[in-house]
Amino acid sequence: MEMEKKKTNGSSSTSTSIWMLSSMIIALFAFLVRVLVSLHPYSGAGNPPMYGDFEAQRHWMEITLHTSSKDWYRNTTSNNLSYWGLDYPPLTAYQSYAHGLLFLQPFAPDSVALFTSRGHESPLGKLLMRWTVLSSDTLIFFPAALYFIVVYYIRRGEKDVAWQLAMILLNPCLIIIDHGHFQYNCISLGLTLAAVAAIFSKNELIASVLFCLALNHKQMSAYFAPAFFSHLLGKSLRRQNPFLEVLKLGLVVLGTFALVWSPFLYSKEAVIQVLSRLAPFERGIYEDYVANFWCSTSILIKWKRLFTTVSLKLLSFSATFISVLPSMIQQIRDPSNHSFLYALLNSSFSFYLFSFQVHEKSILLPLLPASLLALEEPLLFRWLTYHAMLSMLPLLYRDHLILPYVALLTLFAFTHYSPYRRCNKGGIDSSVLQKVLMTSSLLCSLVLHLIYLTLQPPKKYPFLFEALIMILCFLQFVIITIYANRKQWMLLDCSVELEKAKKTL
Amino acid sequence: MAETKEKPKERKKTMTSSSSRRSTTNSQSKKQTPSLTATATSTTQQLFWFAGIATCIKLLLIPAYRSTDFEVHRHWLALTSSLPLPLWYFDTTSPWTLDYPPFFAYFELLLSSSASLFDPTIVDLRRGLDYSADSVVYFQRLSVIVADLGLLYGAYRFARKLDGARRTMLLVLIVWSPALLIVDHIHFQYNGFLIGILLVSLSFLEEGRDLIGGFFFAVLLCFKHLFAVAAPVYFVYLLRHYCRGGIGRGFWRFLKMGAVVGAVFGMAFGPFIYHRQMHQVLSRMFPFGRGLCHAYWAPNFWVFYIIADKGLAFVLTRLGFHIKAPAASFTGGLVGDSSPFSVLPQVTPLVTFLLVILAISPCLVKAWRDPQPKNITRWVAYAYTCGFLFGWHVHEKASLHFVIPLGIVALHSLEDARHYFLLSTVACYSMFPLLFETKEYPIKVLLLVTHSALMWLGFSTQLRWDAASKGSGREEVGVPSERHGNKLIGWVGATYLLGLLFVEVWGQLLHPYIFGDRLPFLPLMLVSIYCAMGMVYSWVLQLTLIIKC
Repeated sequence: MEMEKKKTNGSSSTSTSIWMLSSMIIALFAFLVRVLVSLHPYSGAGNPPMYGDFEAQRHWMEITLHTSSKDWYRNTTSNNLSYWGLDYPPLTAYQSYAHGLLFLQPFAPDSVALFTSRGHESPLGKLLMRWTVLSSDTLIFFPAALYFIVVYYIRRGEKDVAWQLAMILLNPCLIIIDHGHFQYNCISLGLTLAAVAAIFSKNELIASVLFCLALNHKQMSAYFAPAFFSHLLGKSLRRQNPFLEVLKLGLVVLGTFALVWSPFLYSKEAVIQVLSRLAPFERGIYEDYVANFWCSTSILIKWKRLFTTVSLKLLSFSATFISVLPSMIQQIRDPSNHSFLYALLNSSFSFYLFSFQVHEKSILLPLLPASLLALEEPLLFRWLTYHAMLSMLPLLYRDHLILPYVALLTLFAFTHYSPYRRCNKGGIDSSVLQKVLMTSSLLCSLVLHLIYLTLQPPKKYPFLFEALIMILCFLQFVIITIYANRKQWMLLDCSVELEKAKKTL
Repeated sequence: MAETKEKPKERKKTMTSSSSRRSTTNSQSKKQTPSLTATATSTTQQLFWFAGIATCIKLLLIPAYRSTDFEVHRHWLALTSSLPLPLWYFDTTSPWTLDYPPFFAYFELLLSSSASLFDPTIVDLRRGLDYSADSVVYFQRLSVIVADLGLLYGAYRFARKLDGARRTMLLVLIVWSPALLIVDHIHFQYNGFLIGILLVSLSFLEEGRDLIGGFFFAVLLCFKHLFAVAAPVYFVYLLRHYCRGGIGRGFWRFLKMGAVVGAVFGMAFGPFIYHRQMHQVLSRMFPFGRGLCHAYWAPNFWVFYIIADKGLAFVLTRLGFHIKAPAASFTGGLVGDSSPFSVLPQVTPLVTFLLVILAISPCLVKAWRDPQPKNITRWVAYAYTCGFLFGWHVHEKASLHFVIPLGIVALHSLEDARHYFLLSTVACYSMFPLLFETKEYPIKVLLLVTHSALMWLGFSTQLRWDAASKGSGREEVGVPSERHGNKLIGWVGATYLLGLLFVEVWGQLLHPYIFGDRLPFLPLMLVSIYCAMGMVYSWVLQLTLIIKC
């Protein structure tokens, strides 16, 4: 696919046209892969009474189409909140409304009829639902990825930009969750990616708007908030009039929020009602087997039994805050583009590991900045992608998505090790010990795959294999976080030394 | 895997550097030919990469739409495993009777032994009818994917002799062929490995190893007799190229070749000759009762013949002549024996046979006069083109037989590349009616568009190099690719391809909008006619290229 890579020895106009054509091919291919994955089952297919995420999204379209915006987040006769009540911010509600109006209502009105459409699974309805995700992906995530590539890597004169683009667009985890399991992460992640690109092209105000939109699509985008906040603050402090800069950003943020929330601003109760839907603290500190700190250590320390929910909230909040603090301080001191990507990674990982109510799928958030760093940190990126995929194995197994799981992971490996890459930078200079450790860990996980897919767990420990997968992934995630934090601080040291050198000169 | 992770990287480093060295400096590449082993390892590596990506796509296609051919092959699994050999060609449990030559039946027998381990219902003659459980889908789909190893080997035999850029292009054209993906991995058939056998045979012929080449062609014929269209070319070529060197030596070699081919056919048909069933076997293999055209007209010469007939009938009726309406219609599916033509004379299998031979004859003359190994692939592909254009009851899928081998020819010259770009696009587009469900619509479009863009990119960069290598004495290396892009397609070709877009938009949007449910065959007819124009153009171009070289 990237055969053109080694051929760009012509004039600059030729290489631009080649780059445009090859990125188009990569985008087409990535889209093809998404369409192919959408042939496979989704979460909760044919599984009454609650079905799964597919039904949740379809139900939101039904509710937003047939009730007034005031009732979207309220329990009414036509909106029973105990059946997949809307628990994402307003932008998701608008998106559901738009998708219902443009896709499902005109072609298959039965699939979004009030009450009667619950568990609707007609072939046309399913196809239209799949196309709502496919179109969102192409309209938001793809352009955002191109925008990022152009402002970050092409301006730096990198050679392997086509490969970098393929790494962002062919991320197996994002594809399988959005187009297999069924969600719209492409929208919130695409908006975040566009915000990152906007920052790199020095459009801070646009970046703020985009990131606020991401926050308003999925509250999980807040995982990136510390990085955005500290980076923008650090930049503003370096301007002539820091106070004015901060004020401008603050006003833009408030304005965007006000606009998105305008239908709910008529009374204080309405706002609180929506907010209470967004923060479901009653669900406990963790669910299922997510490879984060609380769930993994619960094998040794029974957090849920030792502490009340209130104190756990406080505990998890402070743990998250402490773990994200170093990265924020670094950003405020030295808000460079390069370190910002690491800050995004570190901040989202802090949240994944330590915050309250984390889901397996939340690993997609740290994965985004990691995929943006693929050219510089190929080892980190592939290691994280593999383990992120592994951490979602139990979830995907329940969805009957093992075939696309295998296919996408293999496809990722092949595109990652493309023979048409120009240069193969190592990233980390790995020692022998590290290689041995990584090989053994990898072998363990491969064996774990086989065990999980073929053997029955012992009756006494029915979730033994899930727990093993969780612990293995948790360890890798911790190592990656420590490495990325160290790397971010090293960038600071570099820039400090550079400044010193400038001063002495 | 940390080690295995690092290793390929290093190997790749050496490979890319060597290939880029070879490619960027054309003048140098001739001087420093890399050692044969180095070329071989990087070829396998490249092949592995291309095949790996293709396999992932094929795996993802497992739950996609599958045609009745899936049940045909499932039934053959059951038939060969549960019935004794003498009953194979007599079975009528299912309408999908065995109509391939014996090697294919043996192949199904081989598959059925593992299929019964997978799920015994698959090979059950009665309970297995229309079986569609996950097990049978996975088994059959995987069997096609594994059988594609034959195609990969064929591609490998050609790829290892090429330089870096051409090798990449060859793999793009053969291993990533969208038409092959559509027919084998969505529609469901086993063309991949059959074409692989053809490629292996051709590669041996190109190397001058005629006996093995002939052997593989005989094997291929015993797998699928539709490949016999190229037999005249093979015969003339082998007679003139292999059986030369005086009457005595020539005759000895003729006997040797005859013995090899005879042995292959004996292996295949021997058991049936022993049971005195050859008549039955042949009648199953050649069901001439099926009519001139398939339900959906393959884009070939007969489309024009039918249209001319209809047009004449229309005009003559208007002029006051009394024209009897034909008893059989072309749009109503399978056609019986009665003449479907109202004005033009009836076409019999014999006529089509003679026409095919006539069309091939220029190439036979060429092969007789100057049997060059470097031209054999072109000639064989041309023979299949003739068979496709003028043959009896041709399927649109048969265009694979020449599109894939022409991928090798496409790397020879600019003209070949131009021709191939157009042909491959048209051939793939003509497969579109095979997949008629909405779910697969974006897949076929994306496959075609992505592959065409990839071909465009590959060919135009290759052309740029070739131009650079020709003018290496002068300093004009960085020629803008746009110029070569135009060279690649030309305005006629561009207009024709835009026409394809129009035909598609017509069929998908305008026709249902304007006519509603009336004239449902019109969009399909348009596709046939329009693609047939491209096919005839390709045929003429191939003929001129054959006469020229």
